[in-house]
Amino acid sequence: MSKNYETVIGLEVHVELATKTKIFCGCTTAFGGAPNTHTCPVCTGMPGSLPVLNKKVVEYAAAVGLATNCKITQKCKFDRKNYFYPDNPQNYQISQLYLPICRDGHVDITLADGSTKQVRIHEIHMEEDAGKLVHDEYDDVSYVDYNRSGVPLIEIVSEPDMRSAEEVIAYLEKLRQTIQYLGASDCKLQEGSMRADVNLSIREVGASEFGTRTEMKNLNSFTAITHAIEGETERQIDLLEAGKEVEQQTRRWDDNNGESYPMRSKEDAHDYRYFPDPDLVPLNISDEWLDEIRSNQPEFKEEKAIRYREEFGIPDYDIGLITDSKKLADIFEEATAECGEPKKVSNWILGETMRILKEKSLDPEDITFSPANLAKLIKLVDGGTINGSVAKEVFANIFDEDVDPEAYVEEHGLKQVNDEGALKACVEKVIADNPQSVLDYKGGKVQAIGYLVGQTMKAMKGKANPGMVNQLLKEMLDK
Amino acid sequence: MGILDLTAVQLGKAIKEKKYTALEAMEAVLEQIDKTEEDLNCYVTIDKEAALEAAKKAQEKIDAGELTGPLAGVPVAIKDNMCTKGMKTTCSSKILGNFIPQFSSEAVIKLEEAGAVIIGKTNMDEFAMGSTTETSAFGATKNPRNPEYVPGGSSGGSAAAVAADECFFALGSDTGGSIRQPASYCGVVGMKPTYGTVSRYGLIAYGSSLDQIGPLAKDVTDCATVLEVIASHDCKDSTSVKREDTDFTSALVKDVAGMKVGIPRDYFTDGLDTEVKQAILDAAKKLEEAGAIVEEFDLSLVDYAIPTYYTIAAAEASSNLERFDGVKYGYRAKEYDGLHNMYKKSRSEGFGPEVKRRIMLGSFVLSSGYYDAYYLKALKVKAMIKKAFDEAFSKYDLILGPVAPTTAPKLDSSLSDPIKMYLSDIYTISVNLAGLPGISLPCAKASNGLPIGVQMIGNVFEEKKLIRAAYTLEQILGDLELGGVRA
Repeated sequence: MSKNYETVIGLEVHVELATKTKIFCGCTTAFGGAPNTHTCPVCTGMPGSLPVLNKKVVEYAAAVGLATNCKITQKCKFDRKNYFYPDNPQNYQISQLYLPICRDGHVDITLADGSTKQVRIHEIHMEEDAGKLVHDEYDDVSYVDYNRSGVPLIEIVSEPDMRSAEEVIAYLEKLRQTIQYLGASDCKLQEGSMRADVNLSIREVGASEFGTRTEMKNLNSFTAITHAIEGETERQIDLLEAGKEVEQQTRRWDDNNGESYPMRSKEDAHDYRYFPDPDLVPLNISDEWLDEIRSNQPEFKEEKAIRYREEFGIPDYDIGLITDSKKLADIFEEATAECGEPKKVSNWILGETMRILKEKSLDPEDITFSPANLAKLIKLVDGGTINGSVAKEVFANIFDEDVDPEAYVEEHGLKQVNDEGALKACVEKVIADNPQSVLDYKGGKVQAIGYLVGQTMKAMKGKANPGMVNQLLKEMLDK
Repeated sequence: MGILDLTAVQLGKAIKEKKYTALEAMEAVLEQIDKTEEDLNCYVTIDKEAALEAAKKAQEKIDAGELTGPLAGVPVAIKDNMCTKGMKTTCSSKILGNFIPQFSSEAVIKLEEAGAVIIGKTNMDEFAMGSTTETSAFGATKNPRNPEYVPGGSSGGSAAAVAADECFFALGSDTGGSIRQPASYCGVVGMKPTYGTVSRYGLIAYGSSLDQIGPLAKDVTDCATVLEVIASHDCKDSTSVKREDTDFTSALVKDVAGMKVGIPRDYFTDGLDTEVKQAILDAAKKLEEAGAIVEEFDLSLVDYAIPTYYTIAAAEASSNLERFDGVKYGYRAKEYDGLHNMYKKSRSEGFGPEVKRRIMLGSFVLSSGYYDAYYLKALKVKAMIKKAFDEAFSKYDLILGPVAPTTAPKLDSSLSDPIKMYLSDIYTISVNLAGLPGISLPCAKASNGLPIGVQMIGNVFEEKKLIRAAYTLEQILGDLELGGVRA
């Protein structure tokens, strides 16, 4: 490479909003359902049907705008984007072009080296999702399922402010975290409730003009996004180095092959013939309504972190990780309120919970157990009812099935044995059965006691009080 | 006087008084249809058995005291662009030739709740695009006053059905004059309410920001009565307006004393037929004699109304009609090669020439690079036209003028010159652009034997002033002896 290049990236992020019903009709947004069962005349484009705006969509969109420092367009409108495709029953999508609900915002992202950067948001607009085409594997026929038709989306359009995959991922993480805190969406890339299109161009470092950009689609994981950015950067640099030009086009990323393919070029770009939808009256977000949306904004990560430091006195490291996810923060707060042991709750979240999540490739949002059961578990350990290793076993069941730990311990006979007589008898037997270890210990190998503790715990099926076992062993061996 | 001579309200009363039954009324209408329909072609769809069955059921409910309104048991015809659950709704287009809706339009539901009985669906210009009902894919409707002439359009089937006693009243829709102009040509009363008064839910859209459903009837009383029944605030239609003043029949009063009537000079220029002009001025004179204050004034911007209307209506139509693509319902070409070819062939074969012309015009004015110059400019002119009317209504209670420049043209004389046909909408389309109410009622019989209609235009939400003035004029004029196929 003879020149120094920089990558310029802007993102278009689609987020599916968590409303119960669709944006312009009363149909459910629930996933699944037999094809075309979550539909009505409106979301299947029947003649004579008319759209009516779901106010909750406006509230979520405005809330995301407020949380990302946008100006809210209090008098905004919906426009029709006209294009023919069977997944789009009216052959126009109701979207916002001329007066999007949010404009001119920004988010601050923190990078691995601790530095921060501002990414500007050009606009956020509301629109409806399309249906899904199903191509028959055997016959030359396609079907269309309108269950997703009319599901509300917001599209968050950034300025071309990002320069690396790291910045892009940090920006997406930040958006995801903010939107999850708002409860406006679960933002799952794999399931498509968050989708990112990457606009990328290359220019020489120091150049004032942008290069020709491409738009990359079909990116359904952070890994795919990172790969696509790296791949596309390389492809564009190769073109420029070879004296060729980058063509403005939309490309599809194939993460399996680590390559992208052109979908359409600028020449086949649609003329969408946008115009204001005459079926929907201009939307007026009154000052009162906007104030109400503003006053309903939740406590975000930054404010939470400050409060946690004052209220709970747990380490900053714990606070950082817990408040990364609204779900974890909620679990932390509720469990702490029940048991009054913030550090212990934090340990369970950062330890076992994170371990199981990782093991099962789940997100914190997938957690289904109730914080009250975690609090009960902590109380059981504190009260000496169960020991630490049994607690882990019980927690695994809480995680999977949200079992009541008290009942579970009772049912499975997992209570810790604190009976000195029983423990003594067992310890005596272990000492008698392991003369070599006893000799080692007495000869100065203090760590040999660990083996003897282990043997005792094993003999007691893990239920022995480990502190007492330790104590008893020492007493007997030191005699 | 036979049953068919009764107005809708008179029939409703007679049924209540047990002089007739709803079934007898329907039988009389169907008998009349048997006599004249073959010549006139007012209807696209008539389901006689369903109509008779529905009439029987209505009578049972009347007898049981469940239906007490003025239209209970009265047979009605519905323009074929309003969805009727289980009954074919075609917009007089091949592309919807086999379409059966899953739901009824709100206006139809209101009528059914009031006990009116649907006879069938009336012919129209394809997708309401036309002024003669000749663009229908199912043949032209003929004017019952003289079958050599067109009934007007696009609600030509509804107007003709009322004039020919093939129904007691009908619903039409008016995007640029489509109720008022055929009412004028056929010698019946037609009214376009203020935009937002009647729900558009279930009305297959042509120009969504201009479309309004309204009544076509034998007299002003019927018109006010029907409007009172179909007006509603419908949360399914975002453009529907909540009104507290829909007791329109309370305005059926013969009194125009002190009412200020403005006559726009700009409506009485070269293009207006002298005989029509005289008839309108005579009607104004009659109102003046009855105590109204009649004045001429300059409305302004009249020449801009037609280009503005055809830009906005075509733009909206080009998008509204995109859903007719052969994928989900309606006509699909028999043979095609791939998706795009299927779209192309289905739409090319399914739409008629006038619809295609407007889709192309609308697509053009919305295209990137032309949007600002055409569509956006038209929206600005629309706002100016509204302002001109606002000014007029600061001085006048209503505006009086012609409905159309001439009486009904002969069949087969209009479609060859579409621009000329568009120009004939000049007096009606501003009303839609400004969202105003307008009424058309017969005021004279021309020397060619055809009716002449007078139009009155009111300020938004002031239908009652129109109804009062129209009722008064109707009472003064008496029977115009318009004649026709039945007379």
